[in-house]
Formats: sequence, C-alpha cells, structure tokens
Amino acid sequence: MKSAILQTATRYLLPILLLFSVFLLLRGHYHPGGGFVGGLVASIAFVLHSFANGTENTMKILRYKPLSLLPIGLAISTAAVTLPLLLDLPPMTGLWLEEPIPVIGMIGSSLFFDLGVYLVVIGVVLTILFTIALND
Amino acid sequence: MIDNHILAPIFVQLFTAILQLMFWRKTLTQRYLSVGGSLIGLMVAFRLFGRVQESGILTLNSANWDAPFGIVFVADTLSVTLVLLTSIACFAVSIFSSVGLSRQRMLYGYFPIFHFLIMGLHGAFLTGDIFNLYVYFEVIIISSFVLMTLGGRKAQLEGAVKYMAMNILASMFFLTGIGILYGITGSLNMADLALKIQEVQNKTLVGITSCFFIIGFGIKSAVFPLYYWLPSSYHTPPSAVAATFGGLLTKVGIYAMLRVFSLIFIPDDFIRTLLMVIAVLTIVTGALGALIKTNIRRLFSYLIVCHIGFMVGGIAMFSKVALMGAVFYLIHDIMVKTNMFLIAGLIRQLGGTMDMNKLGGLYRDYPKISLLIALVLFSLVGIPPLSGFWPKIFLFQEAFTQEQYFYAAALILGSFVTLYVIANMWAQVFWKNPPEGTTTENLFAPMPPYRKILMVLPIGLMAVATLYIGLNAEAIVKIADVISTQLIDPTAYIEAVLGNKTD
Repeated sequence: MKSAILQTATRYLLPILLLFSVFLLLRGHYHPGGGFVGGLVASIAFVLHSFANGTENTMKILRYKPLSLLPIGLAISTAAVTLPLLLDLPPMTGLWLEEPIPVIGMIGSSLFFDLGVYLVVIGVVLTILFTIALND
Repeated sequence: MIDNHILAPIFVQLFTAILQLMFWRKTLTQRYLSVGGSLIGLMVAFRLFGRVQESGILTLNSANWDAPFGIVFVADTLSVTLVLLTSIACFAVSIFSSVGLSRQRMLYGYFPIFHFLIMGLHGAFLTGDIFNLYVYFEVIIISSFVLMTLGGRKAQLEGAVKYMAMNILASMFFLTGIGILYGITGSLNMADLALKIQEVQNKTLVGITSCFFIIGFGIKSAVFPLYYWLPSSYHTPPSAVAATFGGLLTKVGIYAMLRVFSLIFIPDDFIRTLLMVIAVLTIVTGALGALIKTNIRRLFSYLIVCHIGFMVGGIAMFSKVALMGAVFYLIHDIMVKTNMFLIAGLIRQLGGTMDMNKLGGLYRDYPKISLLIALVLFSLVGIPPLSGFWPKIFLFQEAFTQEQYFYAAALILGSFVTLYVIANMWAQVFWKNPPEGTTTENLFAPMPPYRKILMVLPIGLMAVATLYIGLNAEAIVKIADVISTQLIDPTAYIEAVLGNKTD
C-alpha cells in the first residue's frame, strides 16, 4: 500500500507509539497496562510501518530478526523470577529498591519480569505477522 | 517443611530451553546443551528425591504468598518419584534424539520445545494449585502440538488435528470443572480444597463437578471411550517424540487423577463403579485393538491404552493395596513405554520400516541388540522377576478381595493379549527370515560407530532402570507403600501445605 499520507503519518506515529508502549510497560504494576499490552502496542507500531513502507523496509530498520528477541526476553524474565533465590527467598518474590528513581518510579524485580514479557510479545507477534506477510 | 529449591528441576529445563533458543539453528550446540541440561536435570531430580525421602513433604510458597492465597508447590513422594522418572526418560530421549532425528526438525526448534515440554511435566507434578496444574497442562499440550507437527508431513498433520481437537476439549472440561469448583468453594489450592469440599452442602454438585474432571483427565490419559485420538496420532511423529508422548503424556492424566481423586473428590460408590467400568472397557478395547495391528508403533499405541486401564482400575478400587499396585504400575509403565517407542525407532533404523510383515531376521543380524530389546519386551509382558509382574500381584490381590471379578478377568485378558502380541512381534520381527522379494533398507549399518552407540545407549540405560525396578522390587514397593499411604490419608499433605504459616 503506497500512500504518501500514511507514510508521513507513520514517520511520526512510530516513535509516539513506541513511547506509549514504554509508558504502558512502566505503569503496569499497579494500573492497567504491563508487559503484554505494551508489547502489543510496540509491535503494532512496527506493523503500521510495514503497511506504509513494505515489510522489507521494516525488517531493515529492525536490523535483527524479531525471533532473536525471544531468548533475550525469556532470559530477563527468568532472571527476575530466580533472583530472589540468591537471597534465600522463594522464587518470584518481588524485590524492590529502597528509593524511587526519577521519572520511572519504584523499580523492582517485577518490572524486569514485565520487560521480558514485553520483548517476548514483540518477538512473537512480529515473527508471526512478518512470516505471513512475506509468504504472499 | 519449606524448601526454596523445589522448583530447581523446572528451572534447569527452562534455562536449557532458553540457552538453546540463543543458539537457534546451531544444531550441534543445541544437542550438547540438550544432553548436558538433561543430565543436570537428572542430578537435581535425584537430589530432590533424596531430600524428600529424608525430611518428608517439602513445600514452597511462590512469591512468598502464604498458602492458600498464593501458588504453592508441593514435593511429596509421588511428585518427586514422577519427576525423577521423567528426568531419566528425558535424559534417554535427549541422547536418542541427538542422533535419531533429521536435521530439518532440529533447525525448526525441536530441542527447545522438547525442554519446554519436560518443564511442563515437572511443573504439573510439583504444583499444589489446581489452576496452576491446568496452566502446566497447557504448557504441555502447546509444546506437544509443535513437536507433533514439526516436519509437516500430511500424515503428521492429520494425526495432529485429531490430537489437538481432543486435547483442547479435555482442557475445556478441566477448566470448566475448576471454574465450578472455585465457584462452590472459593479456593484453588488443592490442600485447601480438600478441607473446604467437605463442608459443601450440595453433594450432587460436587459429584457432577468430579465428572468434569473424569472426562478431562480421561481424554488426556486415553481411556475408553475417549482414547481413539491416541492410536491415530502417536504413530505419526518421529520415534523420539513418540517416546516422550507415549511414556509421559498419558501418565500425566493418571497422575492428575490420582492427585485429584485422592485429595479433593474421595471416590464414592458411583465414581468407583464408573471408573471400574471405564477401566475394564479400556483394557478390553485396547487389547482387541493391539491384536490386529501390524505396524509396530500402532501396536504399541494400543498397548498404552490397554495398560492405562490397569492403572485406572487401581484408582477405582481405591484402597491401599490397589493404589500401591497402580503407583507401581505407573513407575514401571513410564520406563517401559518410553523405551518401547525408542525401540520402535531403532527397529526402523535397522529394517527401514515399521511394518511387521516386511521386517525379519533382526536376531540373526544383531543378536546383542535383540537380547537387549527382549529384556524390555519381557518386562512389559511381566515375566516374573521383571518389573511388569510385581504391580499385577497387588492389583489381582485387591481385585479378589473386593470381588471385582470383571476387572480381574480384564487384567488376565490384558496380560495374555500383551503376551501374545509381543510374542508375535518377536517372532515376526526378530526370528522369521525377511520376506522374499523385499529389499530391506538398513540405515543403521552405514552409521559411524559413535552414532550407533548413541542410538543404543539410551535404550540400554532405560533397560537398566527397568531391570532395577524389577530385580530390586522391594525398594520400589517401599516407595509405592509410602505414596499410597500419603494418598489414602492426605492429612500429612494438607498439614505440610497449610500448617506452616510463618507466624
């Protein structure tokens, strides 16, 4: 689909959607949002880009295959889950820093769990959609 | 006792799978990682088994939420025994698949998915939360869908569609049952449910809910009349995959039945009769199916169905001796059935086909391997000092005590048919000369020696485990005794889960 309006709009929408997805990721612990929704929004940003500019061009700006996000995301999540074991606490216990970090707020191990989910969702959604798109 | 390391077997499999995903398409590295990870998993399982033998039931409150509010993981003797057996089977299958699988399947992620599947199995055995059990069932079936369809041949897809349809149906029944159970008790923790279900006034509703669980687990463990998906799908994937499925997946259904019906729904007369009818019909139909098959793997699939009936009958009688028989049979069955499918894979390599009519002369060409296989086949049939014999004593004894003559007759029929089909298979595949005019395509002879060893080694390993179960039956009887005591009287389990509030 070659449309000048969509291409121009996408140029601005892509960073805004990515920012919004990070916002969803960060507020997800106590409010609606989280890694899964954030990941979906981020992948929609790339899907929109591929609608406007073609899947090959989107693959180019991504540089790496979306599939390579899977092990990274899983590793981050698993690390967050097993980290409490080092402190002799049960797995999945939330560990929190004492002081809030400016802008981001309180940081705990559950944020890293969500970050892992975020990456896995982007990886899975983009892999599935790009596979279907490139098969045509 | 609280122990934060119960989840170690699960994490070992998870780490292995993640590492393998990082080496996507590097199949050699994945193979080393798979065998290494399985070995570490086996050692961790041994350690966990030892700890539970030493200090009794261990629990873990994940995320530090006290039971019954958080998800609790419980390692009692039944769980750790099954985790240990799964780890042994996983180790053997992972060695076998490193040489017995085509590179094409490895490229598309066979090994990571295999380890996710084993992770799901470990999780299902260790969890103490019924919804978490459902989640692990989902992990298992999603991974098994992928393993079943990898390769994408037409026969495989056809088998996978039947498998998928029936298993999704089973999950729906299971989930509906959990929903109703949560509605009437307000809890998902199995130990908590065991206490709360007794206070429910509406016993009819409890009875109906238990039927949802029977149907759900019945489909999973392939009992009559819900078993037909098993023989029509298990012969399609490669042998390494079929070994995992045949040895372990149906047994998760039996495990779940044992757990749920000993803890939450104590079988009343109606449930006992229902389970007994199911068990007898499963044995008879499985045995009749096995009689007419000539493809080795289809034959083994029907034998799985037949022997599932033995265990369901043990649960139906629900007494200490009967449960000892069922648990012992479960232990024996996991080892033998996994090995049977590995053997089917080896026979395919030796003779190029799995059709008994076209095979022959394997004893003449490979006497040593044939004797090893004979050992496993004899264990399956239950020739006295070997492992299949001991559990049947308990089952027979209890069947006569409770005057379940139909079940006793079905047991005799099932055992004789097993003996007949295995003897027939032995004569056809190993003793008779290869039929005239067919050129057998031997894929085994041109393999380099180390690959030959890696192919036979897992079968030998599992055969040694089977031999141990048979010849050192006293040790296994002791374990089965502990397990059945814990199943008949779950107070120890409930106290371990609910009694250790950190106050």
